[in-house]
Formats: sequence, structure tokens, C-alpha cells
Amino acid sequence: MTALTVSRRVLSGRWQGPAAFTAVAVLALVVAPLLLEPFRLGLLAKYLCYAIVALGIGLAWGQGGMLTLGQGVFFGLGGYAMGMYLKLNDAGGDLPDFMVWSGVEKLPALWKPFGNPVFALAMVVVLPVAVALLLGTLVFRQRVRGAYFAILTQALAAALVILLVGQQGLTGGTNGLTNFFDFFGRDVAADETQRGLYLLVAVVLGALYLGARQLVRSRFGRLLLAVRDGEDRVRFLGYDPATVKTLTFAVSAGMAGIAGALFVPVVGIISPALLGVVPSLELVVAVAVGGRFALAGAVLGAVVMGYARTYFSEELPDAWLYLQGALFVLVMTLAPKGIAGLAANVVRRREARA
Amino acid sequence: MTDTLLEIRGLEVAFGGFRALDGVDLTVGRGELRFLIGPNGAGKTTLIDVITGLTRPTGGSVRFEGHDLVGRREHEIVRLGVGRTFQTSVVFEELTVLENLDLAASFRRPLWSLLRRRRGVSEEVTAALETTGLTALAGSRAGVLSHGQRQWLEIGMLIVQRPRLLLLDEPVAGMSSGERERTGELLTEVARDHTVIVVEHDMDFLRRYASQVTVLHEGKVLTEGSVEQVRADPRVQEIYLGRAREGAEDAVR
Repeated sequence: MTALTVSRRVLSGRWQGPAAFTAVAVLALVVAPLLLEPFRLGLLAKYLCYAIVALGIGLAWGQGGMLTLGQGVFFGLGGYAMGMYLKLNDAGGDLPDFMVWSGVEKLPALWKPFGNPVFALAMVVVLPVAVALLLGTLVFRQRVRGAYFAILTQALAAALVILLVGQQGLTGGTNGLTNFFDFFGRDVAADETQRGLYLLVAVVLGALYLGARQLVRSRFGRLLLAVRDGEDRVRFLGYDPATVKTLTFAVSAGMAGIAGALFVPVVGIISPALLGVVPSLELVVAVAVGGRFALAGAVLGAVVMGYARTYFSEELPDAWLYLQGALFVLVMTLAPKGIAGLAANVVRRREARA
Repeated sequence: MTDTLLEIRGLEVAFGGFRALDGVDLTVGRGELRFLIGPNGAGKTTLIDVITGLTRPTGGSVRFEGHDLVGRREHEIVRLGVGRTFQTSVVFEELTVLENLDLAASFRRPLWSLLRRRRGVSEEVTAALETTGLTALAGSRAGVLSHGQRQWLEIGMLIVQRPRLLLLDEPVAGMSSGERERTGELLTEVARDHTVIVVEHDMDFLRRYASQVTVLHEGKVLTEGSVEQVRADPRVQEIYLGRAREGAEDAVR
């Protein structure tokens, strides 16, 4: 058996997925940290945080048909939970710096429990999931769906931004939470810490991807597709579509929360501008470009659009917004299944020829 | 007399000023195969919609095995053992025939157990594939099925749920004669161990497969009985079979 036939056998059939996953994992965990300078590795870590949110969007929108335009809310909840802990940790018993500047004299009650790292880390997941469960229960039971659901989630993102900006002394206002120094006993800005954080983000993304994939392939995943394509019919199979949608929405919210918490030490800031309507929409566009019907497509879209954004912002700062819009229109009209759909076509054509 | 499975009393549904159902009484015994006929707008589909929870009645009661169905949500009614098909079949096109059946068969499992992948094919799903003649297509996406095959798949999805009452809404509408025949056989087979209510327009189909018939007209039950009795009823001939129309008008004068 030649190496070629072996590789062909590996690249087709049931080993295709695991082989591709392993290749990407080696690339991300071994090759990237060796090749990329710290600044570029930091950028990639940021994109991978976005990719975690995108994974959740792929699950909710691509698999479940819930177009969520407000994932920034859950990203923000996770981010602020982490940020509050880091601020309190840095302050070491005193008030966080921005509170002093805003004239706050006593630590607000809301902040107190976040001094405990276990509580803060739990809240990273619990807060987004709780909000999503509450929203989902209210909304999906009333059979709100489609564009109405999309607008509702977007309004939620807008409302959270207004809330955060308005409470200067509690949230740091427009500036958000920034100036972090210590991350669980390490200097957060050190190259070594940042490299470790990058690896952590990559591993978390990989684990969540595998979890999401398992979910999609399970009976629950089949049920989710069925709800997407025929919610009313599903009712007459004896399932409650509202439960299926609410749970999936909560999973996607939990992912966004984890992404937000990882984002804070990687980028060093969480602020309203990072979780409002625009960033939420940009991620949905990225998922559409990558291919919303495939989980890998959603992840790919976030990374590709992240790089495209950085590249064009460096080379042609004014053109990015237009390019992004044009790309979205092109994908929606010419390749509704995104990059992943195009790739699947190529593979299918090659298999048909073989 | 068989014992009663479904008992409907004084059922009323109004859409705005239009009374779609106007005091319908209907009793269906366990094990019966009941055909529901009537001209367009007679309220047949509305009646099924009320039984299955899709439409809320403005008055009257629907009792099924001692449970009051009015006001319950659709999936709860299914869980009590009432299954239905629709005029336009809605199978899940992205899923395979097997996955469609498996999903239907899994509805009583606790939600957490759905998180595991399907391993193998359960006996009832295998049996349903055979009954509906779809075994060879088990691995195909339901999107590629013909209209007739979709209807059979839907009936198969009903059977694996082991309902105590099946409601079929125009199962042979739009079918070729070959498909009708196959559906009729399927229906006879299903009716052997299920209680079935069939809404149907097709008179040939009715003559061949029906035993008990209820005729609806303008939201009311016009008459009930065997196919022969119903066909012999001049009122039925007038409103439904479209025969002796002028003669009937003369008689009224």
C-alpha cells in the first residue's frame, strides 16, 4: 500500500472528520505558537474567542434556525464576570481604580461576590445561560420566531449597552473594565502568559466544538433540525419545540459567555463597544460567510473574517466596512452555504470523479 | 357496542362571524375505522384541528379516554395518544427516512437520553419501514421521496408512536391510482389494530375502504351510518354527491 492510497483512504469516509480535526489541532497547538510572534499569536487568540461565539451561533442559527443578533449580550456577561474578578483581584481589598475616579466610596453589593474566583468563573457560564433560559422560555413558548426573535435579541444587545454606559460607577461606563495586571498569579501582559492563554483558548474551542458536534449528531440534534424545518410538525410528534429551542439557545449563550471570559485576559479589556449591536452582527456575518450549516464553517468564518478585518484595517482602513458588506451580499446570493458549502461541493465533485 | 374512545359534544368553532363548527356531536368507539366526509367548508379539517389542539373551540367538549382535550397544548395531546397527518405531508426533508421514523418513535424518551446518538434500529421502526414499504429507502433523505411515499412515511411516523387514535387528513389527495391502492392497503392494515378517523373527499376510495361514515355539512353532522345507508340518504346526495340537485330544488318548492 503506497502512502498515497493510505492518505486517500484517510481523507475519505469516516476518518475524514477526525483526520481534519487532528490536522487543525496540530496546526493550532504546535505550529502556530512556534511560527507566530507574540503579537500575531495574540490576534489569533482573539479570533479564536470570536470563533467560540460563532460556534454557538452556528448551533442556534445554522442547526436550530434561531437567528440570534444579540450574542454580544452573553459574550459581555461572561466578559464582565471575568473582568470584575480581575479588577477586584488587582485592587487587593481597595476599590477598583475606575470606581475611585467616578467618586464611588464603597464597593457596590453587586461586586462583592465577584471577588471570589470560583463564584466569578461559575457566573461566566451561569449568567448567560440563565438569561437565555429566561428569554427562551418567555419567547419561544409564545411562538415568537424568525425576524421577530432576531429583532428582540438585537434590542437586548442595544439595551445592555445603554445600561452599561449609564452606570459609570458600577461598570466603568464607555471605557468598560481594563488595566488588568494579574491573572491567577501571573503577569497578564507577559508573553508567556499570553502564549498559555492562547493555548487555553484553542483547547476550549476544540473541546466545545467536539461537544457541539456530538450534540448535532445525537437524536437531540436531529430533533433540532426538525424544529428548524418544521416546528409545527414537531409539535404533532409529541415534542415541545420551545424546550428544544430554549435549551439550544442556552448552550449557545453559555459558549458566548465562556468566549467573553477568555477574551478579557487575552485582549485586556471588556467594554460596551465590544458587545453591542455591531459586534453581534459582525459575528453573524462571519458565520454566514464561513457557512452556517456546518459547525466547522462557523468557526472558520470567525477566523477568516477576523484576519480579513485586521489585514484590511492595516492596508486599506476605509475599505473594510464596504468589503465586509459586499462579502456578505455575495455569499448570501451566490453561496448561501458559505465557504463550508463550497468546500463540500468540491469534495463531492472529486468523489464523484473518483 | 364497543366502548367509547372519543366523545365530542356540542362542539362549536367560530372564525369571526363564520361558524365553522356548529354543535357537532361525534362518538367513536375503540377499534373503529370512521370516515368523515362532506363538501368543502363542511368543517372536517376544523374538527380534526380541534381534536389535536391546533384550534381552540368556542364551545363544547372533546373527551378522549376520560381526558378533556380542550385547552391542552398540541404535544400534550399527542402524548395522550392522539396522532394526525396533514393534507400536505410535512416530513423532515433534511433527515433520512430512518431518522424521521426514529425521531417519531423516540418521543416518549426523556430529553436527556436524546443526547446520545442512535445506535441501531429499533424493532418498531423496522416494522414500520416494512409496513409502509419504505425499507429500501431507509437511508435516503426524505426530501427525495415522491408525494405518495411521503404520505406513507407520515403514516409510518404515526404508527411508531403507537397512538390510540389516528387522524388522517385526506391521505390520498393528489395520489396516482397505484398510490391510492397502496394507501388503501396500508389503511386496512393500520385499522386492524388502531382506531382511525379518515377525512376523505375521494368517493371511490370511500366505497372501497370505508365501513362507518359520518357526513358533515355546514358545521353540523348531517347523518351517520354505513356507506350504503349514507349513500342512500337523499340529503347526502343533494349536498355531497351533487346528484338530483334540480330534483331536490323542485321538491323544496
